[in-house]
Amino acid sequence: MSPTIRVHDPRGYAPEVVGRQLAARLENLEGKTVYLVDCLFDNSDVFVEQLRRWFGEHLPATDVRTVRPKESWADDPDLRVRIESDGDAAILGVGL
Amino acid sequence: MPTVAVHTHVFARLVRSVAAANGMPTLRQAFVPQPVVGRTAEELRAYVDGTDPINQRSFIESVISGLTSPLDGQDLAGVSYTRATPRLLAADTEENLQTLFGENGWTDFSPVVLPTEERVAAMLAGTGHAPDEVVGRLRPTAYREYWEFTVEKVAVNAVMAGARPEYLPVILAMAASGISGRSSSTTSQATVALVNGPIRDEIGMNYGIGSMGPYSHANATIGRAYGLLSQNLQGGSVPHETYMGSQGNFLSYNSTFAEHEQASPWEPFHVQHGFKREDSTVSLFLGGWYTIFGGGPRETWEQKFTRSLQACDPYTGPIIALDPLVARGFVDRGFDTKQKLIDWCVEHARLPAREYWDNQWIQTLHRPRALAGIEPYASMLKAAPDELIRMFRPEDIHVVVVGGETGAMWKMIGGGPRLTMVHIDRWR
Repeated sequence: MSPTIRVHDPRGYAPEVVGRQLAARLENLEGKTVYLVDCLFDNSDVFVEQLRRWFGEHLPATDVRTVRPKESWADDPDLRVRIESDGDAAILGVGL
Repeated sequence: MPTVAVHTHVFARLVRSVAAANGMPTLRQAFVPQPVVGRTAEELRAYVDGTDPINQRSFIESVISGLTSPLDGQDLAGVSYTRATPRLLAADTEENLQTLFGENGWTDFSPVVLPTEERVAAMLAGTGHAPDEVVGRLRPTAYREYWEFTVEKVAVNAVMAGARPEYLPVILAMAASGISGRSSSTTSQATVALVNGPIRDEIGMNYGIGSMGPYSHANATIGRAYGLLSQNLQGGSVPHETYMGSQGNFLSYNSTFAEHEQASPWEPFHVQHGFKREDSTVSLFLGGWYTIFGGGPRETWEQKFTRSLQACDPYTGPIIALDPLVARGFVDRGFDTKQKLIDWCVEHARLPAREYWDNQWIQTLHRPRALAGIEPYASMLKAAPDELIRMFRPEDIHVVVVGGETGAMWKMIGGGPRLTMVHIDRWR
């Protein structure tokens, strides 16, 4: 029988995962303001525009507003504040 | 606020694991087919009207129900958990441990030196730092959580790569950089590493013949250690979860080399960037996408260099790696500093504006800056479609001298827009 040895675990230390509660959902989108956040990936603006048009055709009572962050792959605190202050929901796309 | 995130389907496993690592495994996500890039408005409208390939219902239903379906108990609680990493694994045979390391994704698919307690203790003799000192944090992308690691964990991976204790300060500096050698970018980035200063000779790094190939124990194992520690200390580099490079990159195996400072007619790279000549540093370039080769400089070098620069990716300026024979040839042509050669390259590396702005990464990363009024991109966006505009800023191009003078050869290697330099001496 081959001898056994003990070796180190090569992995680093993962952070603790703290559960976070999802925000309450809406009853429906009637009369609500939904922000469509274009994540700025190549061609995402075209996709987001098609999604906006779908809402215009099928849920005209929903106020759908397309917005873009200032830069790709970076948080935009001003945009976040704007969406939180006068939006009811947000759709982010299309990203990884 | 209720939100739904929209992704393309190939990222499903990744985005779900990111949601779980953020304590929200039930985060509402909707999926469309890959790709979005290159698809027409009509084709993308078909995505909107079509089926969510992951949730197996209409895409719109995924979106609407994601915003309106009532939450359940798990949604409200999230999920909390810890992921402990033991110091030592259970005892087993060498053969079984090699299999375990391979199956767990802890290797680069070649056998590793198993990190026994004795080998790790010997490796730790290569630094004066305590084994339990925290070195830093790594993650495969900006969207993942950071994992933390100690000197001992770096030493474990250095052992696995076959490195020697005297290499450990270089490997610790690379680990401390915060830059992963296993970036998850879809572009298949590699991290190119350049070592400067006295440590090159102290540990026998090769900067002469074959220095960018497998002809040096130090170069080979330091580069391998950097790759292994990156994947193991950041929480993995697993396709679909923590690695999404579409094609992968040969340079991810190893792209660590040293500058031939003795044969260079110019300042060493680290001195250019404010370090003293007697300092030892490692410089990390997130890039490595392309390599272009040439010889000279000969009579037509300007045409060759111009074409080569135009062939570089405009988002990622090149590391121009010159054999000492080439470097001295440029000095003979009046380029008595690296900066003069860089400035020539900046001036001559030009593309028609339409071609520059059509590049996927320029479109994704620079165009929003241009629209936000950030220079020089704002002015470049105003150029007429056929106007030749500069591809690079001076800080985007780097010149290093490496090679054994058996041929007057040069390479342009994708260097990336980010350069991180770390002082190795701190980790001795």
